[in-house]
Amino acid sequence: MTTVQTETAPPPASGSGGPSSGGPGGGVPESPGPDPAGAPEGRGGAAGHLARALAEFRAALLSAAWFSVLALPLVCFRVNAVSGGIDYLWARLPRLAALAFCATLAWRFLLRRLGFSRVRSAVAETAGPPPEGARGPGGSWLTLLDRAPAKRLLLAGAALLLLSVPFWTTPYVVTILITALIYITLGLGLNIVVGVAGLLNLGYAAFFAVGAYTFALLNQNFGMGFWICLPLGALSATLLGLLLGLPILRLSGDYLAIVTLGFAEIIRLVLVNVGFTNGPRGIRNIQPPTLFGADLNGAVKPLLVGHGLVHKDMDLNKVLVYFIILAIVALTVVCVYRLENSRLGRAWLALREDEVACQAMGINRVRTKLAAFALGSTWAGLAGVVFAAQISFINPQSFTFMLSVMVLSIVVLGGMGSIPGVMIGAAVLILLPEYLREYSDYRMLIFGLIMVLMMVFRPQGIIPSTRRVYIYRPEEHGDGGARPSTRNPDALDAGPGGAGQDGQAPAGVPGTAGGPPSPRGAR
Amino acid sequence: MELFLNLCVSGLTKGSIYALIALGYTMVYGIIALINFAHGEIYMIGAFTALIFSMVLGAFGLSGWGLLFASGTLAVVYCAMYGWTLEKVAYKPLRGQSRLAPLISAIGMSIFLQNYVQLVQTPNVLSFPDLIPDIAILAGMRGVASKTQFAILAATAVSMVALTLFIKKTRIGMAMRAVSQDPTMARLSGVNIDKVISTTFIIGSMLAAVGGLLVGNYGRQMDFFIGFLAGMKAFTAAVLGGIGSIPGAVVGALVLGFAESFAAGYVSSDYEDVVAFVLLIAILTLRPDGIMGSATTQKV
Repeated sequence: MTTVQTETAPPPASGSGGPSSGGPGGGVPESPGPDPAGAPEGRGGAAGHLARALAEFRAALLSAAWFSVLALPLVCFRVNAVSGGIDYLWARLPRLAALAFCATLAWRFLLRRLGFSRVRSAVAETAGPPPEGARGPGGSWLTLLDRAPAKRLLLAGAALLLLSVPFWTTPYVVTILITALIYITLGLGLNIVVGVAGLLNLGYAAFFAVGAYTFALLNQNFGMGFWICLPLGALSATLLGLLLGLPILRLSGDYLAIVTLGFAEIIRLVLVNVGFTNGPRGIRNIQPPTLFGADLNGAVKPLLVGHGLVHKDMDLNKVLVYFIILAIVALTVVCVYRLENSRLGRAWLALREDEVACQAMGINRVRTKLAAFALGSTWAGLAGVVFAAQISFINPQSFTFMLSVMVLSIVVLGGMGSIPGVMIGAAVLILLPEYLREYSDYRMLIFGLIMVLMMVFRPQGIIPSTRRVYIYRPEEHGDGGARPSTRNPDALDAGPGGAGQDGQAPAGVPGTAGGPPSPRGAR
Repeated sequence: MELFLNLCVSGLTKGSIYALIALGYTMVYGIIALINFAHGEIYMIGAFTALIFSMVLGAFGLSGWGLLFASGTLAVVYCAMYGWTLEKVAYKPLRGQSRLAPLISAIGMSIFLQNYVQLVQTPNVLSFPDLIPDIAILAGMRGVASKTQFAILAATAVSMVALTLFIKKTRIGMAMRAVSQDPTMARLSGVNIDKVISTTFIIGSMLAAVGGLLVGNYGRQMDFFIGFLAGMKAFTAAVLGGIGSIPGAVVGALVLGFAESFAAGYVSSDYEDVVAFVLLIAILTLRPDGIMGSATTQKV
């Protein structure tokens, strides 16, 4: 936001004049013409408000005109594929202009508010920790979760809810939930690679595909069951990750991204063209998993339906898949959480922040990166096996670049590196299109728009990751006020500098009005 | 021998089109280090506007070279407008964020533009009319290259020369080079970064529009999804040559075009794309900074 600096942000207390308050000339992304810089001199007066409202109105009008011109050929002249002529659809133009007008007003208002909040947080950062009560963005209810009893209660409730789902919902809901859980697994796996280790992988779909095809092919050709194939699928994805990772991990950032992208395309094209995968037609009739060989739908289902325990159309094989993927997600969460705080996890974080410093500290760069890459692939393989078991029919069309993009969006929208963030992100991105099905024509349009808006207005994600930081609390050391003791080594590794990673002020630091502890302030 | 010659010409043609699109990627990357995933969609919009304007203007009685140039110019202008707006809406508010935020925004914009065109136009495959009039001099060359191939080569050559002159000779071109070398220093010397970024997007989009028009004429059919594969190939070409480097993008695009064309001719057209991406991985493994990219040493 370069525009923020030019704006004289009024103090929050006086800025209560509705949408038109605040100085014009801030973020004007859409108005094409000269910015309506009729900056009213007299702030605060009724005339000033009116002038500002007029300026907003003018900007929105200009932008409506701009978008009308921009959209004219595509919106109003439609090529008729049947007759080979042009349909003129002038009626669409006023609607589009009205939409652009309203959207501009909303956009400018939101962008201005965003500018203020960024200025405010910047001010808060330089002024030291906030006073009690004033918490950073997303503070209140998130910090509530940090309290252990509340957290445990919530977790238990969520677990109970998820475990009971198949017994009171329709098969449709279970199917959607399985999909959402598969994406959560994928998101958590990619989170290790992208969020924690900072390696941009745009070809995650390839490892998912390898897991799915491993199961499908072994099942078709050798009749191997789900339970043997689950580790085998994960293993083959891991091996592929290692194989690809070894040569390419010395590439940096964007080169890595494009190589993984290209690799995923290679895998997909090979699956399409090679004989034994049955090409674009895919593999059908993959056996669902079994539970100790029991015939779930034949023997167990009448019993359960008879007692009113499950929906009468429920496919119990699906229910089993649901429980399997639920267990995998739980396992993944535990693993990822443990990994993040392990020696390896801290090495990933450090490597993400500064490679050179890391190598100087004796961290093996290639081995650490390779571990992240291969581990991320493992989860994709696991998810792939479950995916094949769920839909019992796979073809290369399921593993396109869009899938990789979807998983990456889950990670970024949810909050990079944050486990609950990824889970929320997956739930939103998978469930949102389901609920938007009514507007199925506009579904993907809205989806794309939300991705852009989300990045503009909340780039840190829905639930930003919070790193474990050590916060300096003077009263614990018994020397009150903001007087850090240079003689106390425990207090020194606890400066607020470590908390700045996400721009999040440490919440609930009790009254340290004296500003940040600085060694020079002692004595 | 004739097959070899044909493959050379088709490789050159393909490479030229990739180059036109790849330049947009590489220029934007050079200036703000962003992979502009929506660039392929700009190219698709270029193809669509060219088709629409050629049909509308054709209904008004324009034909021949006049029709080609009029619809081409309009497509270029519209793509420039789209590129400019794209930057203002999706990337400018994100400046100063982490590297991934603009990337996701770009992917979102790409999905948005694809579905926008699909909604307001059609999800069906459209046929593109042959806009390039017959050229009498080329009649004897039919066996080697078609008039469309000649037109593509000529248009690409003209665009490249124009771009080179623009970058080397004009003031804003100099500013662009300065920003791509060192943004902070350029800003200190009074370069208007916003203007440079806008110009970069406009130029890249114009080149993509030329590519869209030519591909429409070459392949003769299109739909709202053509931007995806073209964008991916062009980006591959840009990376192959060393992203951020303008001559690199052209070299990379030509290498990619030739490789694909020979793979299609001598191996199988099924494996055309596989060869392209294997080549990418191979070259990047051997030369991590691309063919023309200079290795940067990180100083601490």
